Amino acid sequence: MEQKRLAIIATKGTLDWAYPPFILASTAAALGYEVEIFFTFYGLQLLRKELDGLKVSPLGNPGMPMKMPFGPSWFRGITWNIPNAIQAVVPGFESLATALMKQTIRNTGVASIPELRELCREAEVKFVGCQMTVDLFGFEHSDFIDGIEYGGAATFFEFAGESDICLYM
Amino acid sequence: MNFDKELDARGLNCPLPILRCKKALADLSAGQVLKIVATDPGSVKDFQAFAKQTGNELLSSAEAGGEFQFFMKKK
Repeated sequence: MEQKRLAIIATKGTLDWAYPPFILASTAAALGYEVEIFFTFYGLQLLRKELDGLKVSPLGNPGMPMKMPFGPSWFRGITWNIPNAIQAVVPGFESLATALMKQTIRNTGVASIPELRELCREAEVKFVGCQMTVDLFGFEHSDFIDGIEYGGAATFFEFAGESDICLYM
Repeated sequence: MNFDKELDARGLNCPLPILRCKKALADLSAGQVLKIVATDPGSVKDFQAFAKQTGNELLSSAEAGGEFQFFMKKK
């Protein structure tokens, strides 16, 4: 049987949206797929050497439940209904939400983003960075981890055109 | 059931049990059996899907006391 191929375009640079590309890429690799992720626009943040800058924002994200990752179970079960307007004006709200999310991730045995990215690399998932975005945002290749190939839309299609599954995230 | 290696995937969530299983299988030779213990309820369906797609054989899948036990025979 010929090896299946998965192509992913990662466009988002937040902690929550860092998960889908790395989870699917590492799992597909474990299932025997050849995998390539094309990181473009804010998705390039996922290739930074340090991933501490990734944050999650509950602002404009009504699907995100706000729960506390500590305390007795009745307390953890409360969904805090904090209006977006308040989240928008309280300084540091994003950092608070990010800290709570990271604690929740640890509590539930979900892998960290650096760990998942490393697992992708071990499994030989190919990372391609969008050179146009690098130029657009004034990044340097030295801002990112080693072993990345840089290219444009044509580079993406070279792999995606032969893929069995192609996902935009 | 006899097994050649055991993998403790307790406390790990998707996709880590599958990724660790794949890694553990790499150390075995064809026909050897890996025992996996997990607590992620999603892993029940996931190990079936993993076996189906990779050709490794899921010999058994059972739950006891909130833990899930799998025996996977390497292809």
